[in-house]
Amino acid sequence: MAENGFEPKIVAFLCNWCTYTGADLAGTSRIQYPPNVRIIRLMCSGSVDPTYVLKPLLDGADGVLIGGCHPGDCHYQSGNYKARRRYIALREILKNAGCDEDRVWLRWISASEGQRFAETITQMTEFLKQKGPNPLRREWAV
Amino acid sequence: MRTVIPVENNDTLAAVRGFLKQLLEAGVVEALLVPMETHSAASGQAPGGTVTPALVTDPSLLDAANPLAPVMGLNAARLAGRVSIREPRGRIGVVLHPCELRALVELVKLQQASLEDLVTIGLDCVGTYDVPDYVNRDQGSGIKTWHELYESLITAPQSPIPDLRDACQMCEKPHVEGANITLELFGADLATGIPVSLPDEMGEKLGLSEASPSPSPSPKGRGEVVDKVVAARTQVRDARFAEIRQRLEQEGIEGVFAACVRCHNCMTVCPICYCKTCLFKSAIFDHEPILYMNWARRKGAYRMPADTMLFHLTRLNHMVLSCIGCGMCTSDCPAELPVGQVFRAIGQEVQKTFEYVPGRSVEEPLPLVTFHEDEWTGVGEE
Repeated sequence: MAENGFEPKIVAFLCNWCTYTGADLAGTSRIQYPPNVRIIRLMCSGSVDPTYVLKPLLDGADGVLIGGCHPGDCHYQSGNYKARRRYIALREILKNAGCDEDRVWLRWISASEGQRFAETITQMTEFLKQKGPNPLRREWAV
Repeated sequence: MRTVIPVENNDTLAAVRGFLKQLLEAGVVEALLVPMETHSAASGQAPGGTVTPALVTDPSLLDAANPLAPVMGLNAARLAGRVSIREPRGRIGVVLHPCELRALVELVKLQQASLEDLVTIGLDCVGTYDVPDYVNRDQGSGIKTWHELYESLITAPQSPIPDLRDACQMCEKPHVEGANITLELFGADLATGIPVSLPDEMGEKLGLSEASPSPSPSPKGRGEVVDKVVAARTQVRDARFAEIRQRLEQEGIEGVFAACVRCHNCMTVCPICYCKTCLFKSAIFDHEPILYMNWARRKGAYRMPADTMLFHLTRLNHMVLSCIGCGMCTSDCPAELPVGQVFRAIGQEVQKTFEYVPGRSVEEPLPLVTFHEDEWTGVGEE
């Protein structure tokens, strides 16, 4: 599919109430987006422990997406605000530990934003194609 | 109230012991959690050994107490948590190094300790040795006594003492801040007395009165000494940080921690890593034999035990905001990895991001349990 033959793998942790439903809407609306994403549904972006993000990255996923409700819209009031802080800390730690922090994305996508979900996956796939394979993919000793 | 504990015959340790005894005898506390000599002259044992914390109720046993011993085998903040976490409990005085006091503040916020019935007692710290170095101090080892370390710190804070624990060499917070009772050793004229600050009601219970005119007939003054020591240590710290940051940039964290043997010592001795059901102690990483085969086939080779970087990066995410820099992780690493250096260097950046200073105050919420609606508003909206 890609000219250089590299197809990035994206693992996406999506909240049940907004982004997962948004992804569902993209599907029922028949909006096209690249098939590079593997979706894992969670009840809330606030339940994403950094370990969930790190495990796929270290095992060779090229990118990890965390999807949640827009600020103020969290089904559990404040889960996404806490997710935002954890994401900021995680990116800062990855950057300072000599890892690619830009392989981790956080996006607020509501249940009605099927189009935005498809665009996000398209953008992320393109970005990761430009960036190239996760160097940890070939590492046997991580 | 600020007053002075009198010192006789230049015996600082005896004066400290006397003060601790007074705390017990006057009923200020019911017990003291304090470092005790394992080979105490007081009990007629041969010299040597180290110190280990004990919860002491009998004042006569305090002849073996030695909070000045320049050695640190564990971070006692965890123990202070153990004796304070829930009622019923005693009213306990805990004698801690400044880094242990900071760890205790974090543990309170992690709901692993309570200050309600604790009296924190802090002594300015001259630095500590690892246990094996300290135990062998009498064999021409160059290991200094507390008094020698004190002299060197006061007169020449710039000159490093290379045998001290790595964390102590770059410790820019060796002075006590925020304890209930502070023995202000830095800058004091120890030949005459140890300046101490404590709450008025405790002072009255001890029969002490505000020293007049001014306590601490110090040759230099504590503030001045603290400033100099902090400046010197900050310089060392920044050099260490620059060194490790360069390595992290060049080798990545997988390069720096390549020799890790996954003993989990760093996690076990870390005062902040308190979880009783830690992911990495669980069976979640035990797999069916065929899965290891699959992974080995896929990558050509598969390191075992696996997930070493996952372990370190997860630990960074879980505790680096609360890392108070006691460096027990470095002290207890069998592969002699610069664990504390990595955690402190990365911690500094992450803590700066959240404007958080671990160990400063129990009032400041932990960054990851709180939030503001109007922060990082652009994040997630791209």
